[in-house]
Amino acid sequence: MSLSLSSPALDALRRQVRSIETADQTRREVLPFGVPQIDQRLPGGGLAHGALHEVAGGADDALHGASAAAFAAGILARAEGPVLWCRRYADLFAPSLAQVGLAPDRVIFADAGDEAGVLAAMEEGLRHPGLAGVVGEVAKLSMTASRRLQLAAEKSGQLAVAIRRWKRVADAADLGQPTAAMTRWRVSTLPSPLLPVPGVGPQRWFLELLRCRAGDAFDIELEACDAKGHLHLPAPLVDRSVGEIAGQGRAAA
Amino acid sequence: MIGRRNRARVVAAMNPAAAQLGLRLGQAVAHATAATPGLVLHALDAADDAAALHRLALWAQKLYSPVVAADGADGLVIEASGCAHRFGGEEKMLIDLRARLTRAGFGVSIAMADSWGGAHALARWSRRAIFVAAPGGTGRELAALPVAALRLPHDLVQTLSGVGFDTIAELEQTPKGPLAKRYGLEPVRRLDQAFGRVAEPIQPVMAPETKAVSRVFAEPIGAPETLARYLTDLTSSLCGALEEASLGALRLDAYFIRVDNRIETVRLGLAKPSRDAPRLAKLLCGKLETVDPGFGVEKMMLAAPGAEPLVYHQAQALGGRAPAPDLAALVDTLATRLGPENVYSLASVDSDIPERSVRKASALDPLATHSWPIDWPRPSRLLGRPEPIETIALLPDAPPNLFTWRGKRRRVRCADGPERVYGEWWKRDAELSTSRDYFQVEDEGGERFWIFRDGDGEHADSGSQRWFMHGLFG
Repeated sequence: MSLSLSSPALDALRRQVRSIETADQTRREVLPFGVPQIDQRLPGGGLAHGALHEVAGGADDALHGASAAAFAAGILARAEGPVLWCRRYADLFAPSLAQVGLAPDRVIFADAGDEAGVLAAMEEGLRHPGLAGVVGEVAKLSMTASRRLQLAAEKSGQLAVAIRRWKRVADAADLGQPTAAMTRWRVSTLPSPLLPVPGVGPQRWFLELLRCRAGDAFDIELEACDAKGHLHLPAPLVDRSVGEIAGQGRAAA
Repeated sequence: MIGRRNRARVVAAMNPAAAQLGLRLGQAVAHATAATPGLVLHALDAADDAAALHRLALWAQKLYSPVVAADGADGLVIEASGCAHRFGGEEKMLIDLRARLTRAGFGVSIAMADSWGGAHALARWSRRAIFVAAPGGTGRELAALPVAALRLPHDLVQTLSGVGFDTIAELEQTPKGPLAKRYGLEPVRRLDQAFGRVAEPIQPVMAPETKAVSRVFAEPIGAPETLARYLTDLTSSLCGALEEASLGALRLDAYFIRVDNRIETVRLGLAKPSRDAPRLAKLLCGKLETVDPGFGVEKMMLAAPGAEPLVYHQAQALGGRAPAPDLAALVDTLATRLGPENVYSLASVDSDIPERSVRKASALDPLATHSWPIDWPRPSRLLGRPEPIETIALLPDAPPNLFTWRGKRRRVRCADGPERVYGEWWKRDAELSTSRDYFQVEDEGGERFWIFRDGDGEHADSGSQRWFMHGLFG
């Protein structure tokens, strides 16, 4: 069996399948992160609208999903329009959303009693036009459930973000199971560089793209979301460019 | 208050002070004034009282249950089946109802029982402000009450007590045949109603301006799809009636009157006035699974109480900004599925105490401004209640070097703080001198936590000086 023989036929088939898959889509746009090192490696140059994206916290944060929530809030802060946030536990602190640029008047919360309720509320939100995106906090995300969310998102062109958080760290291995999500991210915290004075510096994240449809996995070290939801590459003071030191610029006389 | 019984002017109602002076209801006015000089008399206006009771019933209908009616001249009866869970239980619902009525200036006593007659008797004669009879236990509770609790005419009560019937138990143990033969059917009927042996439908109160449509079936219906079809029909005719009056429904109450005279209800609350028939029908039919048709439904009624004006708006045809997306449909769908209290937006409250700085607000008209700090970092997860942690820290204002939370020991790499938050003495006296010192700490793995010391580290009255975990940064 040689692959090269059938490749033109396969390519034609792929094109056909893609046109069927994307026939219903209203838009196929992306939301760039604004960090070239990430955007260049994502298909389309950013996070795809009309698709499901999974985010989980690393290590202990798999339980709390604190950095995962901040990462998701930063993404949606940069999109336009209201956001539906579906959850089981009302422990998200709204002032922190405002601090990454997601103003309180843009978020509608829906508290469900169980996981199935969260998924149903997410799907309802994704079917409704006019939202920027829908966030849901779930532990289990089966192939069927994720496929439903993905299809609903494709139809309305909204961003769907599933924050995965579990009751036990051991359950976090569930993140390896296949789902229909377009991308799967893991956000872990890193020690921030020590300042010469007492206090804490900007938060550091280790962002891993574990899985990406039509793209490759990678990881990158970043500074956490700023007040507008943008991520930044860390700029350690020791590595600053020499040219900016006062008195060493170029002058012509 | 003076009313008339036959031709005599008698005391019809009085305040607690008059009761303490020894007056009683039904006493002749001439006796009362002779016994108590300086008595202030007012004529009883029964029509005015009934109108006020009607208004109170409409108010209770809005808050508690679709089926509410006036009970006699001085009470309300509420069909509470399936309504108490929203308040966290039957007793909590009664406490809430009593608190609201007391605040409005009414002196009330409330009882919950298996039947209208039982609740009527227990509310008036149990001598307790709030009485909840256990399900199935109404008969036991009723036994010791006087015969007067049975809603019998005054003369009949007199006659019965004349022959020695003092309590309901005595009447209940008497053979019913001779009783009916001698005193008529009334005592037997009231007994049966109080013990829940015969159904007693409550005719729900309705404001005269409320738009309502109903449909009577020649043959009782019971199949879910049939119910759904007729409910859809009713919804579209109600929406037609609303459209003629330029109104939009904020609340829809559907009543299903069963052949056994019980009323099943479905209530739908809407975020914005609407008369979009297909959408409303879909939302109503989604709730049909809570309706038990029993042996069949013979009448269906759909009412839109408290409808608000709704006029058409001109859409932006050319240019201009695109209108904001209308989320009312989504909010209604989610509220129907999850409960109206579970779909909301969050707004800020002017308070430095973190757990008090957030309140729920309407999902549809959230406030664009907020008073949360932008410069002070806030954690993305806030624990429901602060959890005590074990620490090693210097006093008075150094962050801990080491702390143990949920069994895991963490060494602090760097920390920021303190951010001192004072107690709100204008809210609670106990907070007069209390304060908290918040620190943002980062452990060796880079995880950041929001911890605080209860107290300022110097003064014993500022708090327990123990450390607590309150939130996690992302």
